[in-house]
Amino acid sequence: MITFARNFKSAAARITRDLRHRGLIQRALHSYEVKRDEFKGRYQNWSEARQAASEIKWEAINHLDQYLQEFITKLEARGTHVHVAATAEQARDYILGVARENKVGTIIKSKSMTAEEIDLNEALEHAGCTVFESDLGEYIVQLRHEKPYHLVFPAMHLTRDEISDLFHKELGSEPTDSPEELTMIARRVMRQNYCRADMGISGANFAVAETGMISITENEGNARLTTALPKIHVALLGIEKIVPRLEDLALFLPMLATAGAGQPLTCYNSLFSGPRQPGEVDGPEQFHVVLLDNRRTELLADAEQRDALHCIRCGACLNVCPIFKNVGGHSYGTTYQGPIGSVITPHLRGLQNWKHLSAASSLCGACTETCPVGIDLHHHLLHNRRNAAREKPAWLEKILYGGLVFLLRRPGLYRIAGKLGVIFFPLHQLVNGTSLDPLHNWTRTREFPKPSRESFGDYWRKRKSTPEANRDQS
Amino acid sequence: MTSPDQREAVFARIREALRHPAPKRHHGHVDYDMAKHSAVEVPAPAADAFRAWLPPVGPSIDEQIALFAQNAAQLKADFRPVASLDEAARQLVALAGENNWKQIAAHRYPLASDLAQKIGLPCLMTDYGYSTAFLEQCDAAITCCDALVAQTGSVLVTAASAGGRALSVLPPHHIVIAQRGQVVPDLASALQLVRDVYAPKWPSFLSFITGPSRTGDIERILVLGAHGPKKLTIFLLP
Amino acid sequence: MKVSLFIPCFIDQIYPHVGVSIVQVLERLGCDVDYPEGQTCCGQPAFNSGYWDEARAIAEHSLDVFAQSDVIVSASGSCGAMMKVFYPELFQNTTRHFDALKLAPKIYEFSDFLVNKLGARDVGARFDGTATFHDGCHGLRELGIESQPRELLKHVKGLTLIEMKEAKTCCGFGGAFAVKFPTISTAMDEVKCASLLETGADVVVSNDSSCLMQIAGMLQHQGTPKRCLHLAEILAQT
Repeated sequence: MITFARNFKSAAARITRDLRHRGLIQRALHSYEVKRDEFKGRYQNWSEARQAASEIKWEAINHLDQYLQEFITKLEARGTHVHVAATAEQARDYILGVARENKVGTIIKSKSMTAEEIDLNEALEHAGCTVFESDLGEYIVQLRHEKPYHLVFPAMHLTRDEISDLFHKELGSEPTDSPEELTMIARRVMRQNYCRADMGISGANFAVAETGMISITENEGNARLTTALPKIHVALLGIEKIVPRLEDLALFLPMLATAGAGQPLTCYNSLFSGPRQPGEVDGPEQFHVVLLDNRRTELLADAEQRDALHCIRCGACLNVCPIFKNVGGHSYGTTYQGPIGSVITPHLRGLQNWKHLSAASSLCGACTETCPVGIDLHHHLLHNRRNAAREKPAWLEKILYGGLVFLLRRPGLYRIAGKLGVIFFPLHQLVNGTSLDPLHNWTRTREFPKPSRESFGDYWRKRKSTPEANRDQS
Repeated sequence: MTSPDQREAVFARIREALRHPAPKRHHGHVDYDMAKHSAVEVPAPAADAFRAWLPPVGPSIDEQIALFAQNAAQLKADFRPVASLDEAARQLVALAGENNWKQIAAHRYPLASDLAQKIGLPCLMTDYGYSTAFLEQCDAAITCCDALVAQTGSVLVTAASAGGRALSVLPPHHIVIAQRGQVVPDLASALQLVRDVYAPKWPSFLSFITGPSRTGDIERILVLGAHGPKKLTIFLLP
Repeated sequence: MKVSLFIPCFIDQIYPHVGVSIVQVLERLGCDVDYPEGQTCCGQPAFNSGYWDEARAIAEHSLDVFAQSDVIVSASGSCGAMMKVFYPELFQNTTRHFDALKLAPKIYEFSDFLVNKLGARDVGARFDGTATFHDGCHGLRELGIESQPRELLKHVKGLTLIEMKEAKTCCGFGGAFAVKFPTISTAMDEVKCASLLETGADVVVSNDSSCLMQIAGMLQHQGTPKRCLHLAEILAQT
């Protein structure tokens, strides 16, 4: 439906008019950039590290069957239930099944964009479970009934005052303008939820094939608590999270933190290899790992764009994208925002319905430049545009570009067209800036320059015929 | 389970998808000669190579301890090299007084339980099971660790060395008792250590703890003390 | 040195004085400048919109026009990038692929040509005043043009270069993007203009005229006009 494109445009228009919102995002991202540059600067060679990360991910993704099999085998050997879900619905059904069989009432969740992707919370709540988001940012947007704004910082669009008002309204807490106090309020609320939850659901940042472990990166400690206290731990992750070896994390964990959060390393990087083992003091009795396809295999089949599956979900591309900074995370209307979202959403949700995200870019390349695993992001936006046009060309553009082909292969005609442009431009002045103006989309906010009476081609031809006249042309 | 496992179908799709080789990128330049890549399997880079690119770490233990101390300071982790366990105990008693601790938790591991006994406060030991509600009431937790990672200022713990999963994360103040011999240069060496000590019987849980808990979720301002401990104190014995 | 000029369509029609300035500077530096007749457009608008067959048809004409040239200097970073970086991909699996690959190394963006091919820094230019430089994205990220324009500007007598905070942030032009997504394009333009105005510089300089069109268009519309000059126009002044 063209509704998605229309929604995007109107949401984008609204945010671009909201100078306060844009200013808030700019400031937040500026401070991230300063930190990121500081810690990137400590690497002896960030560029080589990136190239290595890219190669390791290439290895993992291009031998995905091999590594995924190894991962599953190792996990199952130590008592983990591994479920491979082809679709979002299957993943939801499995997790609902686990909840039902174990009579789960309360669920505590740590951050998982994959869970967002499959609308897991709604399904669990519909089935009668109470779900608490433990990550502070996720908790905040959950209370507001909003979607996450950014795949790493879900509540970055809110001011402390807005959060204070929210807590006051929903939790009855005292208003405060201190981020520390607001964090403590959430901490106090969540303590009880950790202790009484029947099931903990987490995502995972990496899946280590060699040792059969999942790795979770966080700062708050909520994922550690989600995976420590409840009797059941369910981890949901996309099949592309695979890395081949344990030692690969020595590269990925710091790079994820630096690119994603401007930190040398996040506070907790935890690995899980199974349920509570004999001799261990605590930990879940049941450990379920749900591996999700949900059309990732379609992206895998597109060899040209396969490297989009290298993504480690750091969010760095969002942080540097001028589109993201000016339209905000909610405008995209997708689970994954920013450049990576614009690349993969057409694959995961349908090209024709979501091609507008790939079109809404000036192709500045800041995303590709910053991506720690070297994904060719902005070129893939071009690839999506090409695929969309091939599949379903827009007749207006077909005519326009067809006309340009005719014109631009014929220099004589091109020159005539140029002259006609000069002649008819004054007519444009009559409608300049009005709704009749064909260049309205430009002239509403920018002046359009006048074409020159003498083109460069004219100047050159004149010059060639009268050599002494060169110096005076300016 | 209502939903049957789909691994056969998904693996079939993966294998089908991978029949077409993908281009490799070298520092942003795409090599379109894809035929080249499907033939030659270039091994992905290894941990030794990482060392050349990640932030540098000095070769001597003293340099590494100094780097750890520097990182700990930046992370607002309280790093205290001490001459003896008794000295650590003295400092811990002072901390307990300053912060008005009523009860603490620990586990029956050498050094952790020794230290806990010297504090003179009621101490919950997690080793044979514990009440979560009780652990939640403890003001501090004392644990051992597997390693101190100089490059990042991290403490490596496992379910074995830290008395389980919850002990080191639920109480608001985490005390770590470590020894000089446990200092390792970087994450790669720490992971190698895990391998050497535990493989193939991996602990079900291990974690790199890098400072007290924090969050950047409010206006992307870093706030110390989120859901995990608000304070982290690390004693280093000789 | 014999140099062929590539003057993109919009410079030819709207900003011919940029081309003239390039000729002046190149001749001042002793180059034998040629302008292959019949050049029209690189085909980027069709390419960026996804109409690659049409883009190829237009680009083929450019391949023919420049077939005999040994060194090609492009007046625009984005059009230069189109030919140098994207033509090989556009002509993949066609009979002209080899021609596109042959063409790519011959193409230079103007400032890159002066600094890296001619080894020039001081081109005998004089401009009294302060300037701030805007990096055109294609030049910056596809062609690696960053230090070259700054080197040249630093050697202009009388000119003081002031860097703006958002120098490397996209101005929002992006070709058809500017009219397909005008609200976003305008917002990006606002950020760029605010940043350059903050420097208080007398003029705005860039190596891409399409960016200058976007920037100048907004500055004028906002009522805060400023002289927006292509790098060549500054370097042409003595």
